[in-house]
Amino acid sequence: MTTRSRLPFYIAVFLLIAAGISLAVWRHIELGIPWLTGEQRPVWMVEARIDFDAGDGSVLASLNIPEQPPGFRILTEQAASPGYGFSIIDSSGSRRAEWSKREVSGPQTLYFKAQFIPDPNAQPEIPVREPRTPRTFWEEPEATAVQEILDQAKARSSTPESMTRELIRLMQPDTRTQNTTLLVSEENYLDLLVDMLNHSGIAARIADGLRLEDARRRQQLMPYLQIYNGERWLTFNPKTAEQGVPEDLLLWRQGAASLLDVVGGKNSEVSFSMLRQTVPALQLATMESASNGLGFLSFYELPIEEQSMFRMLLLLPLGALMVAFMRIVIGIRTSGTFMPVLIAVAFVQTTLVPGLIAFLSVVSIGLLMRGYLSSLNLLLVSRISALIILVIFITAGLSIIGYQMGFNTGMTVTFFPMVIIAWTIERMSILWEEEGAHEVMVQGAGSLFVAICAYLLMSAPLAGHLTFNFPELHLVILGLILLMGQYTGYKLSELRRFTPMKAYD
Amino acid sequence: MDWISPRSLKRLGMLNMNRRNVDYIARYNERSSYPLVDNKLKTKLVVAEYGVKTPKLLQVVRQQHEISHFREMAEDLAGFAIKPAKGSGGKGITVITGRDGDEYIKASGSRVDSPFLERHLTNILAGLYSLAGTPDVAIVENLVESAPSLAKYSHQGVPDIRIIVFQGYPVMAMLRLATTASDGKANLHQGAVGVGLDIGSGRGLNAVQFNRPITLHPDTGLALENIQIEAWDEMLEMASRCYEATGLGYMGVDLVVDANEGPLLLELNARPGLAIQMANGRGLLPRLRAIESLKRPHFTPLERSRFAMDTFASS
Repeated sequence: MTTRSRLPFYIAVFLLIAAGISLAVWRHIELGIPWLTGEQRPVWMVEARIDFDAGDGSVLASLNIPEQPPGFRILTEQAASPGYGFSIIDSSGSRRAEWSKREVSGPQTLYFKAQFIPDPNAQPEIPVREPRTPRTFWEEPEATAVQEILDQAKARSSTPESMTRELIRLMQPDTRTQNTTLLVSEENYLDLLVDMLNHSGIAARIADGLRLEDARRRQQLMPYLQIYNGERWLTFNPKTAEQGVPEDLLLWRQGAASLLDVVGGKNSEVSFSMLRQTVPALQLATMESASNGLGFLSFYELPIEEQSMFRMLLLLPLGALMVAFMRIVIGIRTSGTFMPVLIAVAFVQTTLVPGLIAFLSVVSIGLLMRGYLSSLNLLLVSRISALIILVIFITAGLSIIGYQMGFNTGMTVTFFPMVIIAWTIERMSILWEEEGAHEVMVQGAGSLFVAICAYLLMSAPLAGHLTFNFPELHLVILGLILLMGQYTGYKLSELRRFTPMKAYD
Repeated sequence: MDWISPRSLKRLGMLNMNRRNVDYIARYNERSSYPLVDNKLKTKLVVAEYGVKTPKLLQVVRQQHEISHFREMAEDLAGFAIKPAKGSGGKGITVITGRDGDEYIKASGSRVDSPFLERHLTNILAGLYSLAGTPDVAIVENLVESAPSLAKYSHQGVPDIRIIVFQGYPVMAMLRLATTASDGKANLHQGAVGVGLDIGSGRGLNAVQFNRPITLHPDTGLALENIQIEAWDEMLEMASRCYEATGLGYMGVDLVVDANEGPLLLELNARPGLAIQMANGRGLLPRLRAIESLKRPHFTPLERSRFAMDTFASS
């Protein structure tokens, strides 16, 4: 027999572990599934309120709603408006929420709510077509003034961005010259800026932004200037020429013609209120993955009943890992290889102390009864079968007595797997006859110790969270167990067992 | 608590459980050979072809109706042993040492009648003592009468000799003596005394009970260091032959010395324990590695046992 090289084995184990960890890291980064339980993320809840007076007849109200606002991701959208038909319409570069109703009269209020998650990486898509730059026709003397200001700005700049900055600076009241005073008034400032930029060949438009502050009501949108630099739209503060979108600015309207259109109503107005909420990061991740189609990778798509079953099943590998470690590295003797895991699973359902009491009482009563069975000299199969029935009697008896005495915990006995308990009793009893009570105590205590360790590991909230949300981490557990299968070193218990060898060293 | 450091264990070359399972049993023992050693009847038949003697087989009881023949056969026997073929750890073995009228005298001195023995045979056939409760056969063997030179050391029971055979080379040996603590059984963890034996000469080296060194037998009070096994080279060669018979690279061979027949094979074990190292006061690993690094292994059992006697002799 030849010794095969173990290198391929170690490479395979390494790949398993690496695959498990990298998948988990990828899912953490990409889907935002948190490593820890109870992690919170801020979410902005913004509510747009539309008020108008309906003239008798049908009404169609259409509100521009955000599409890929820079710095934010949209989590949920919903409308509240009794009696109205509602839909969200995507049409050529703008998204609109539309309400409609046949017979309306009197003052009306419509609500649109959306939740936004701050995300520094969120960027709007790059436009497919170059935006057009319509030229404006100015009468004299405005035409000359515009041309002079544009020439002045052009002379001091090199790029569309610097051109825009220079133009804004030239238009400010403190730097005004005769030309600008002629053109600018308080009302038309931003429109003029846009017209002038378009005139000079730089595509420009007005965007409306909302400054996010916690618990503000009745807020209005603030206008911002956007120019197209050949690659994407850049946002400028029209007063200070500051470039970029501040963190607390949500661009509600970009590139759409109008914010609100109401057909069949008058005196319409929009106002915004907002609230900063915190949402568990996990809930956020599942809501998002459900909406973006990556949900099939997680267990949250399953019905609740199956989910809770998987929650339990996915804990089992941890128990198996604990048993493997305790037996291979520590060297604790247990009765039955995986009996401790099953007991630990039962403990997870019963909690530790009631579970321990129930388990010990069932096993000790069972051992007493098994003593009588062994004097009958039965064959193995019928002995075990009889024992299973006796175990069921014992658990039923304990449950009823416990319930009558007012302990609801008596009922938890039923969580223990009957067949496993019957086998445990059988094994313990044979052990007692063959090796004596001491060995029974050693193995029984060993099994319980391993079961309690496995229980503590499996009942840790973090363990449940990681195994359920990162099932790929089980590859790591598998790798560790495989590695342990190759462990040829001394067990901890052997350091004690071989102690008398000191004399020969 | 008293501990020994892993480094000194390594220095002593102590074989441990994990390494035994991974590096020796899993690597050198073919799974398909296990039934040969787990079934005493098969062991008996296969080693007989290789000239290894076992206690004389008197009868095999395979079916319930064959039990009636048992009484006829046992009629003119003084002593015999009834064993389940697939029993482990001495379970279900009944030893009859003599007769008193219609009654049989057990090794412990108690008397039983033939219906008791027939019921015992029924239990064996039904698998009461076999691993996992599978149906079994009962074998009836001639009683082993321990050679007096060894029997005097043991309290009840027959002293047996465990030899670890690695790739056909006997590498370590010990004598197991029953005590009152072990209830007449030769299991070390139940309190039997283990006496390490020098592979080179068959002399006692060192004795332990419950893993503690002792010098006198706790019941008989005899000094254990002067034990000398007779016909030692013959026993080593016998143990070595079992390798050809079973093909198991790492096994324990249990031998007894019969007063009339000389050395007999009692049973083989595919997963021999580690306590033999404590009885010898030295580790198995250096010897196992010496065998593994042999460039040209010896082909005959005689050559292998000679080689082992030369190489592993103490002093």
